[in-house]
Amino acid sequence: MSSNLYTEVRNGSGPVGIREIPVLDYGRFYEEVISLLGNERYHCLTYFCYPAGPVLKFICCIADDGSGTIRILSHEKSDDGAPLRSLTESCYAMHIFEREIHENHGVKYDGHPWLKPVRYPHDRADRQNVMANYPFYEMESEELHEVGVGPIHAGVIEPGHFRFICNGEKVLHLEIQLGYQHRGIEKLFADEVDGLRRAMLAENIAGDTAVGHGLAYAQLAESLAGYMPSGSLQAERCIALELERIAVHIGDTAALCGDVAYQLGQVASEALRTVVINTTQSWCGNRFGKGLIRPGGTNFPLDEEIAGELLRNLEVVDRRFGTVTDCVYTLPSVLGRFEEIGTVTRAQAIAIGAVGMVARTCGVPRDTRATHPFQYYRQMAITPAMQENGDVLARGMLRALEVKESVKIIRRLLDEWRAGEKTSGRPRYDLSFTPDSLAISVTEGWRGEICHVAVTDGDGRPVLWRIKDPSMHNWMALALAVRNQEISDFPVCNKSFNLSYCGNDL
Amino acid sequence: MLKEIKILADHGKQFVPDLRNQPVSARFRGRPVISEDITSEQAEKAAAMCPAGAIDRRSGATDLGRCTFCNECALMLPGVYRFTNDYRIAATRRESLVVKPGQSDQLRIDETAVRKEIRRLFRRSLKLRQVSAGGDNSCEMELGAAGNVNFDMGRYGIEFVASPRHADGIVITGPVSANMAEALEICYDATPSPKVIILVGTDAISGGLFAGSPAVKRNFIENHHIDLYLPGNPAHPLTFINGVMDLLKL
Repeated sequence: MSSNLYTEVRNGSGPVGIREIPVLDYGRFYEEVISLLGNERYHCLTYFCYPAGPVLKFICCIADDGSGTIRILSHEKSDDGAPLRSLTESCYAMHIFEREIHENHGVKYDGHPWLKPVRYPHDRADRQNVMANYPFYEMESEELHEVGVGPIHAGVIEPGHFRFICNGEKVLHLEIQLGYQHRGIEKLFADEVDGLRRAMLAENIAGDTAVGHGLAYAQLAESLAGYMPSGSLQAERCIALELERIAVHIGDTAALCGDVAYQLGQVASEALRTVVINTTQSWCGNRFGKGLIRPGGTNFPLDEEIAGELLRNLEVVDRRFGTVTDCVYTLPSVLGRFEEIGTVTRAQAIAIGAVGMVARTCGVPRDTRATHPFQYYRQMAITPAMQENGDVLARGMLRALEVKESVKIIRRLLDEWRAGEKTSGRPRYDLSFTPDSLAISVTEGWRGEICHVAVTDGDGRPVLWRIKDPSMHNWMALALAVRNQEISDFPVCNKSFNLSYCGNDL
Repeated sequence: MLKEIKILADHGKQFVPDLRNQPVSARFRGRPVISEDITSEQAEKAAAMCPAGAIDRRSGATDLGRCTFCNECALMLPGVYRFTNDYRIAATRRESLVVKPGQSDQLRIDETAVRKEIRRLFRRSLKLRQVSAGGDNSCEMELGAAGNVNFDMGRYGIEFVASPRHADGIVITGPVSANMAEALEICYDATPSPKVIILVGTDAISGGLFAGSPAVKRNFIENHHIDLYLPGNPAHPLTFINGVMDLLKL
């Protein structure tokens, strides 16, 4: 469906002709985006631009959680150096996209309050911007001091720099500088002609979300080719996605317990995570599910033996993890460190465009499995687990609830899978893509909404791959969460979000 | 209290008693075996297909430093390429990572490449600083797992530490992103000598899928002596622990 303002699609539906998307003048585009995003049933999936002949073509994809549709809006701009009026002024959630557009293409914005580098890509517009001269926010006062942490952190984790402004032990402000992990993934995608290599790149965008990103790519490639995966393949993919969610949530629970020195919760959860990822390994040979998700089919179709092992292990994990979380989240010494710590309010979550887990811990029911269903979720009614308080405790408890939910979802999927025909088929790396078109693919990884977009040229060659990890939206939530907290609570706040560095840096 | 006893009772004993001989699932892809009867056409075909560029066009040999263990060669040419679930695939020389057709023995580290002071100084205690330089967080998580309740490498005195000042060496993951290159140098310089360098995962060893990316800068790897290579995508905790144990001769 289309209007004269936008083109409307559904998640995973076929590609749309790039020329069918109405091109608005910027004033009209601005009004329309601001008016939509003023209503919380809408949020921006992605907003980017790319050179199309003599102009820069801007594409904005806005999800309508009410109707399950995605509106694609567009405007164009000649390379005249004239600034655009910033959307961020009226809708803060757009800040990250405008920063990205500015960093990648040198587009100037009037009224953007925070037009700072996002990831220092190798092909950035302004080479004068280097990691070393990031413009940190400063406060002048003899009573304040700054604490810099990273890029290399104390633990075995990815690099990023955190700059705190503190009054004594209290954090007044945190600024997060990312980009250390930038590997040029979007460029590698655009230059790549081999479908297999692209599938592998996708599962290496963020190794902890190999299934989530792998599936977003596979779904996008299939959408561009007008290829419909079989029911059993769709069900298997959803099972893999839920397994990934269970494994990470349990691992994060271990990390949260570790940070507050509750060793029993930590080691019991670590051992349970091992059971889950070893189940994934039994299925596809890799503990992170690398190699499992491919466009068109799979190299590791589920069989009865693996399905049986899966059910047996989930039974044990569900029961034991239930006991662990019952204990963790009623223990006064743990609650004292989690409750009302690192709170993100509902209003803040909406303002920054939070997605996935972060949104759901603040009472904002954003879960694309329910609102923009894909694969087998289209045939299931998913009710997202919710929390309201937006603190570390809420983020911990949401994980406990989601593990329980995911176990139930896998059981239902396995029932359906057993009842249906097993027609998963072999992967297709040679899918040919519809020319001059754009396709969108959204999946709900364990962190939240993953969005991949591709645009093809007249020969069906992809000229642009655009990847968005949920962390892009949610890093700002961490920065807000630690305001007015003790700096010693930073580690537990950080763990409670567990955002992706490489997913942001690409 | 009762809940905690229940958790402990459920938990049982989780540690892997023998890290040298722990069975892993049949489908886990470790050391490959290539048929000695591989034809030049098959080698050519496999090399052309290999998404990681790990297969030699003439001989069909597989370079584990590039291999992502995706299994596509074994699917395309069953009977020619096969992955065993042998996770002991460490090497002290880069060239030892190349598995040739007909080679079916376990990989052994080249003892002559081990610097003498490593065993003399670090055999009872090896503290390491991990640096992720463009790693995708899977190798990092596996390194974290190497110290967890199951694998518990701490039993051999092998541990990750927070400060390079406390470390006897660095463990690098990721292809070394240009944006991380300087921090990596600084971290290495801050580690007191003598010190070891260990590369974990395909990305770190060869750049992996990112080898040709303009956002990657591998000067550090090229300019330093590497003491241990641990392949994988990601490297399994057992690959890491066994490799380090071999290096230390434990």
